[in-house]
Amino acid sequence: MKSITKQKSFDEIREQLEGLDRVYIIGCGTCATMTKTGGIEEVQDMKDRLQELGKIVTGSTVIPTACDEMTEVALKENNGAISSSNCILVMSCALGVHKVSCYIDRFVIPALDTLFIGLEDEPGNFHEVCAQCGQCVLGQTAGICPLTACHKGLLNGPCGGTNRGKCEVDITKDCAWTLIYQRLEAQGRLDMMRKYQPPKNFQAAPRPRTIKIA
Amino acid sequence: MVTRFKEALNSGKFVITSEIGPPKGTNIEKMHHHIDLLKDKIVAMNVTDHQSSVMRFPSIGGCLAIKEHGGEPILQMTCRDRNRLALQAELLFAYTRGVRNVLCLTGDAVPVGDHKEAKGVFDLDSVQLLKAIRQMESGKDLGGNDLDGAVEFCAGAIVTPEANPIEPQLLKFEKKVEAGAEFFQTQAIYDLDNFGKFMKYARQFPVKILAGIVLLTSARMAKYMTENVPGIFVPQNLIDELAAAPKGEALNKGIEIAGRMIAALKKDSICDGVHVMAIGREELVPDILAAAGL
Repeated sequence: MKSITKQKSFDEIREQLEGLDRVYIIGCGTCATMTKTGGIEEVQDMKDRLQELGKIVTGSTVIPTACDEMTEVALKENNGAISSSNCILVMSCALGVHKVSCYIDRFVIPALDTLFIGLEDEPGNFHEVCAQCGQCVLGQTAGICPLTACHKGLLNGPCGGTNRGKCEVDITKDCAWTLIYQRLEAQGRLDMMRKYQPPKNFQAAPRPRTIKIA
Repeated sequence: MVTRFKEALNSGKFVITSEIGPPKGTNIEKMHHHIDLLKDKIVAMNVTDHQSSVMRFPSIGGCLAIKEHGGEPILQMTCRDRNRLALQAELLFAYTRGVRNVLCLTGDAVPVGDHKEAKGVFDLDSVQLLKAIRQMESGKDLGGNDLDGAVEFCAGAIVTPEANPIEPQLLKFEKKVEAGAEFFQTQAIYDLDNFGKFMKYARQFPVKILAGIVLLTSARMAKYMTENVPGIFVPQNLIDELAAAPKGEALNKGIEIAGRMIAALKKDSICDGVHVMAIGREELVPDILAAAGL
């Protein structure tokens, strides 16, 4: 699983930091490093830019995986620099921001926007593959998820906006249902697509989603 | 109760429908004028539902206006803006106000319209909406609960005979038939040979097909459509014909082409009728029909 992020505009970050002069920066050594949004280099760059802005950066760290249990330990180790700050700027996905918020009684400010859970198909090229809907249909759609790969998330085939195998919303994107059709045809399983798919059950995993593993 | 539109479809006569585009705002005079102009010349009038995802006066409002003027409305319902509760509620309302024909569409994507940041709903798709209507006719809502008074609709859908690739589109067409579509209004067609092939295929299903006729207003517009609009193919000879029209005459040429196509479809009984879309030039529909000899 990779959490794909994008850095917020510096203007937005500056706005969020208004009135907060002492900043501690946290990056993440996993997904945000891979997407070049919150690794060592990006944290250093952010530090430089904030200092140029006149902020005092009390310290910084790149936690190996910001969303796991070690975050608490890492924060304790850096307690000195953290307690002399008045806010934490987190350069990880929202999972890391959330985790940091659990352990620190400081303003926690995200420097990144979390876009989607995705895969890297070629270096630097990420695409969403799962919407975590709680009702997997990949078995009927030849491994291509119509909920994520189709702009409208349609379950019963293509809309009229499909154009030469591309999507009307963005001609650089493939029409998911054209791909599904082609793959099912090659597998001799077009009957899967002929089957009526009922409306989605949006309570398959009711929000807020939680689960207790016994 | 069989609607006037359904009666016409069953009569074996060549059925003509057209569409009304509601205003963006509260000035409804022009829409009323179009309704008055068309209500006696055609069998029924569709009212578009935020066509191209552009926010407008609602489809149901246009349908009620058509009823008030003595016309026969076809309510276009897309799945883009309402979840299953809202769609069902609107069907209940439409039924009680005598709006008994529905065209079920998925709806254009939100980003192609004028509220690009809005949330696209798509809780149901067009096939599921057709099924929902049939379920409501049996006296149950989509939650499986009893309705205190059921509905009855003549329900239809759309199909794109020029879709590329065509196979997935035909598969969906068949799903719509199975879900209960009684009629289809097609996306614009211009290539009668290709449409003939589609009709040969479609004739094996117990549904009525009205060919989509979109008025070409200039060679430039025709070229733009064929290059950019999904599912539309304008043959080069039609683009050339429009381009060769004398200055200021392209629109008349477009009317002539539309009329000629309608006449050809009717003469050879290629399909069950036509759905004329003049896209903002509804006042020209009578001219198109005249050009078709109707």
